[in-house]
Amino acid sequence: MNTKTIYGLYADDDDLLKAIKSFNNEGIAIKEVYTPFPVHGLDKALGLRKTRISDLAFFYGVYGFTLASVMMWYMMNHDWPQDIGGKPSFTFFENLPAFVPIMFEMVVFCSAHLMSLTFLVRNKMYPGAKPQNPDPRTTDDKFLMEIESNDVEKVKSAFIDTGAEEVTIKD
Amino acid sequence: MSHYESQVRDPLIIGNKSYHDISVDIAYPIEHKAGKLWWIAFGLAMVTFLFGVGCIAYTVGTGIGVWGLNRTIGWAWDITNFVWWIGIGHAGTLISAVLLLFRQRWRMSVNRSAEAMTIFAVVQAAIFPVIHMGRPWVGYWVFPIPNQFGSFWINFNSALLWDVFAISTYFSVSVVFWYMGLIPDFAMIRDRAKKPFSKKIYSFMSMGWGGKAKHWQRHEELSLVLAGLATPLVFSVHTIVSFDFSTSVIKGWHSTVYPPYFVAGAIFSGFAMVQTLLSVMRKVLHMEDYITRGHIEVMNKVILVTGGMVAVAYASEFYVGWYSGSRYEDFTYFSPGAAVGPYWWAFWALITCNILIPSLLWFRKIRRSFFWTFIISLVVNVGMWFERFDIIVVNLSRDYLPGGWTMFMPTIIDVGIFIGTIGFFFVLYLLYARSFPVIAQAELKTILKTSGEFYKKQHTEDDHHEH
Repeated sequence: MNTKTIYGLYADDDDLLKAIKSFNNEGIAIKEVYTPFPVHGLDKALGLRKTRISDLAFFYGVYGFTLASVMMWYMMNHDWPQDIGGKPSFTFFENLPAFVPIMFEMVVFCSAHLMSLTFLVRNKMYPGAKPQNPDPRTTDDKFLMEIESNDVEKVKSAFIDTGAEEVTIKD
Repeated sequence: MSHYESQVRDPLIIGNKSYHDISVDIAYPIEHKAGKLWWIAFGLAMVTFLFGVGCIAYTVGTGIGVWGLNRTIGWAWDITNFVWWIGIGHAGTLISAVLLLFRQRWRMSVNRSAEAMTIFAVVQAAIFPVIHMGRPWVGYWVFPIPNQFGSFWINFNSALLWDVFAISTYFSVSVVFWYMGLIPDFAMIRDRAKKPFSKKIYSFMSMGWGGKAKHWQRHEELSLVLAGLATPLVFSVHTIVSFDFSTSVIKGWHSTVYPPYFVAGAIFSGFAMVQTLLSVMRKVLHMEDYITRGHIEVMNKVILVTGGMVAVAYASEFYVGWYSGSRYEDFTYFSPGAAVGPYWWAFWALITCNILIPSLLWFRKIRRSFFWTFIISLVVNVGMWFERFDIIVVNLSRDYLPGGWTMFMPTIIDVGIFIGTIGFFFVLYLLYARSFPVIAQAELKTILKTSGEFYKKQHTEDDHHEH
């Protein structure tokens, strides 16, 4: 028994969602779905867990805040405190109001950039990477479902019953 | 699947479009040769840009004495242009971030171009403080880098340094936000590309995007969080720009109204620039079905609201200037003294361009007219330039001692650099319009079934069947 990859190509997002529901009922495991745009309700239908990159964004923000605070304390209050324009720099807390704008900017800077980097790393995306979609039409107007199964005939008929335009089989 | 949307709302996509039609329409300018009009515009922009480069080279080679500055007026033309460009750069992130949080669907047709405008405008803005340093090759001294001057650190108490951090954060975060949205659209162009060279370029830029379900889920989460971060960022940037003035002790500048007043003015001018660009782009690139009369009208409403906010700020500044009875206040940029003084023309140019003419937008006919929108948007751009000129030059021209009173006259070099940045801006924008997907097509496809004209008509018919 060898496992084969079977692709079903749909022309409409509503057909795709209906197909996923019937596949779930029949107990056919869906490996991957490729769509040209974020289809509303697709993640729920596929039972995907909530992504955690927004939780990370918070910690990246905390990192930016810490970085900004330590940097400004070190440069302004510790390494070489200066008296500029009659405004001496004695302690961190006396300077604090003037430090707020840069603290805010560094929170946003670290959070936005590190979160975007996490997004790319988790998706295995980098400049020049090979396209991950098996069919180029899926970035235009087609919706592709990928299933790995031993029972090719069963999956094939399930695809055709749910209105797939095209069914292809790959070893 | 319910794709129903109230019939009260105008369709956002006109005509009988399919998903494929959207791809074709948006890829069209990239896949076809540029028209004559584009080459003429590009040539003109290139010539003015090169003239600007020449003026900058002359300034750097000779020193900033070639500008019209004098001992009383040490900031004038350059900082006016800096604030003007930064202000223009505010609409893009506002449209893409704030309106995303408010779930405004119309933003999907305009956000990409508005963000491009933001990024190109911030590039122009950054030129001015750098060349005003006189020695731009030591410009990196504004960053907190360990150095050989006895670890002589930068001054974190200074509003000018806050500006360095605010502008660099704003620029880089805007670029990232823009680019993350572009990835799926680059992938669409990549998969359509026939020529091996363009396939290679767009493959490189789309980073292997394949539209997997989990990736879309992350992408949507990323967009939402970036929008949440960019929203306070937009407001903070122009607030900090206004701190450059309001934390100083110069009459007319030392004012707590500055941050909200600057932010409202920035959105006002930014939307005006978006209107200027889009009303031309929709025609030239044949995007009339996506950037509709309705889109133009809602943006005109934003101009009307923010224009009203700046008008209130002007009125209160003028009133306080008069009511304080202080001789100094009579020399600020909004005072009876300014209205009849030597800079009366700048004062009245501001009132006319920023209050009187944009008030025409209260009329629905004018608000929905492409021609008048274009004209008024140009007028607002001019008006907002005069606002910054008034704040800076009029306030500084009357010093504390009458002996120092003087006028400011820009030199040909000043003017040349300004025109050069306009040329540079259009060079970048025109190149963008031919090589980037100018509308966020993946996002637009998500609203085709709810807000497309063809689908909306079907909804009405379905309703009749159901009831």
